[in-house]
Amino acid sequence: MKDVYDGTVRYMQILDENGNMDESLRPKEITDVKLVELYKAMSFARALDAKALSLQRQGRAVTYAPILGEEATQIGTAAAMRPNDVFVPNFRQHGVYLYRKASLESIMLYWRGYEESLKDIKSINAFPVAVPVSTQMPHAAGAAYAQKYKKTGNAVIAYVGDGGTSEGDFYESINFAGVLKLPLVTIIENNQWAISVPREWQSAAQTLAQKAIAAGIPGIQVDGNDVVAVYAATRDSVIGAKDGPSVVECITYRMSMHTTADDPEKYRPDSLVEAWKPKDPLLRVRTYLARKGLWDDKKESAMSEEHLSIIDEAVARAEEFKPDPRSMFENVYSTMPQVLKDEEEEAVAEGFWQGEVSK
Amino acid sequence: MMANMVTALNNALDQIMAENKDVVILGEDVGKDGGVFRVTDGLFDKYGRDRVLDTPLAESSIAGVSIGMAASGLRPIAEMQFAGFMLLAFSQIVNHAARFRARTRGGYTLPMVIRTPVSGGVRTLEHHSDSPEALYSHIGGLVVVEPSNPYDAKGLMIAASHSDDPVIFLEPTKLYRLFKQEVPEDMYEVQLSKANVMKEGDELTIVTWGTMVNVVNNVVAKKKNVSAEVIDLRTINPLDEETILKSVEKTGRVMIVHEASMSFGPGAEIAARIAEKEIFHLSAPVVRVAAPSLPYPFPGYEQYYVPNELRVSKAIDKIMSE
Repeated sequence: MKDVYDGTVRYMQILDENGNMDESLRPKEITDVKLVELYKAMSFARALDAKALSLQRQGRAVTYAPILGEEATQIGTAAAMRPNDVFVPNFRQHGVYLYRKASLESIMLYWRGYEESLKDIKSINAFPVAVPVSTQMPHAAGAAYAQKYKKTGNAVIAYVGDGGTSEGDFYESINFAGVLKLPLVTIIENNQWAISVPREWQSAAQTLAQKAIAAGIPGIQVDGNDVVAVYAATRDSVIGAKDGPSVVECITYRMSMHTTADDPEKYRPDSLVEAWKPKDPLLRVRTYLARKGLWDDKKESAMSEEHLSIIDEAVARAEEFKPDPRSMFENVYSTMPQVLKDEEEEAVAEGFWQGEVSK
Repeated sequence: MMANMVTALNNALDQIMAENKDVVILGEDVGKDGGVFRVTDGLFDKYGRDRVLDTPLAESSIAGVSIGMAASGLRPIAEMQFAGFMLLAFSQIVNHAARFRARTRGGYTLPMVIRTPVSGGVRTLEHHSDSPEALYSHIGGLVVVEPSNPYDAKGLMIAASHSDDPVIFLEPTKLYRLFKQEVPEDMYEVQLSKANVMKEGDELTIVTWGTMVNVVNNVVAKKKNVSAEVIDLRTINPLDEETILKSVEKTGRVMIVHEASMSFGPGAEIAARIAEKEIFHLSAPVVRVAAPSLPYPFPGYEQYYVPNELRVSKAIDKIMSE
């Protein structure tokens, strides 16, 4: 008998929960000035999250999937992408969309329930939201194949949750990418909960990053609440994508509910959430910046005020949107089939979209 | 007891679990959470994790594992969280569940139920509102059931659990908590493949099921000058053709109302059978009322997509004027 394979998975943290920076691992481009920018981006994502939650509670949004606690994973990975890299989300990456300059109004419009929200995302090299779990992963592998085939030099950065790694589509995609050495970076946003099912019920594997080993590609685990480590690991993967795919598992925590349709009190004791509060992704950056004299309460409140006014304006614009039912019919095929045109015309002529029942 | 559809189904599952220890419930969030609609609420605490299993998040394996269990002496009742997500299990359902018995010429049977919420009208996100009854009925080998009220939900679930064939059990989300009804405490079956003549009439037959049953009943109640017979299919496949044809022979006019999209929908199958067997009894062309031939839209548009009372009413006016 002899060993035929020996694998390890490494864990990286650079900025710890007390705001101490490991300068030996700190990427040189993450200057203190850059860190202020990342802090503002995370704060903006958090402000948007709070607003969206409150709008949903007021009946002004349909359903909403909160990102509270996951800001460093989203902003850190987004900051590591280059403008032409392709971003493939699941349904919880509003922070990434924001950082890639998707319009705030379009994000609001998605959660208000209109397809028009996804109309312009192609212009920022983003794929549409994918709700069925892990089904976006093969798209990402296909997009990575296209980058390689067309020699664009771009990487594809795809997101999947801890639950999503249990789906066949997840493994099939990293396996496909491994065989063909595709420029695919898979971010596992491990927030430890798939609705009510905890991480340890998803897999007996000690880490999710080690699933990369079975695909023959590198995998790393990082502190997903440490924006610097998330950035560093993703940046390494993005740069390395020209030679093949990799997996970055970000360990974070879903501090809120799965979506607004969910009630975590049913299955998750508050004490578990409390334990994660000191590990907050914003708090540690703020501690670090304050210690350096780069941040204070005055700057914090000025920033909050600015963010709220930007968000309020976008909400107002999103709420002005008036749906036209004809758009349902006219965007299904490249050429409108006659049978569908007949259905549309009947709906218009007969006034199916309004009116009262005749006696 | 007075029960809504969630309570009626929960009560049925509880009695089924108590009756037969080979019954196992499995799915995403069916345990402590009691399912996202709470249909399995309390069963985890009562029967334990071995019988109420929160699976890893993988729909194809939920269906495939159920097949393996059913082929090996268990009677699994799987929950798929939403009809859109169930499509990840389509291969297992079509390639295996539907034909396990036929391929082994009855050597194996698959006593299993797959439950899933279907249809829209409650402003959920995309992929949460599909009406897939035609997809599963088209295959052959699958019993496709869809209750429209709490009484039928309990009785059909108990009948499904006793069936030796795989049952696709479709639960309209909109009807889960829409109304309560008197539901017997004891176990009872509502026969599979047997339509329910909800209201008798002699001028018009309306065949419907699921979310559209209430819509149709509301319109029919307002149209006092039309004597309509309302048939709730309850089981889509195998179809209770006899009840439909008997009614059509009496009325000579027939409308089919379903929430699933029009083209290649279940209404086409029913209309074809009527055309083949009763065309000389018809005094007007068959009318279908269905959603447009489009994928289910985002929730902001669903009010324009799901057939409403106005559409049903206009269709009745039209067919009665011919």
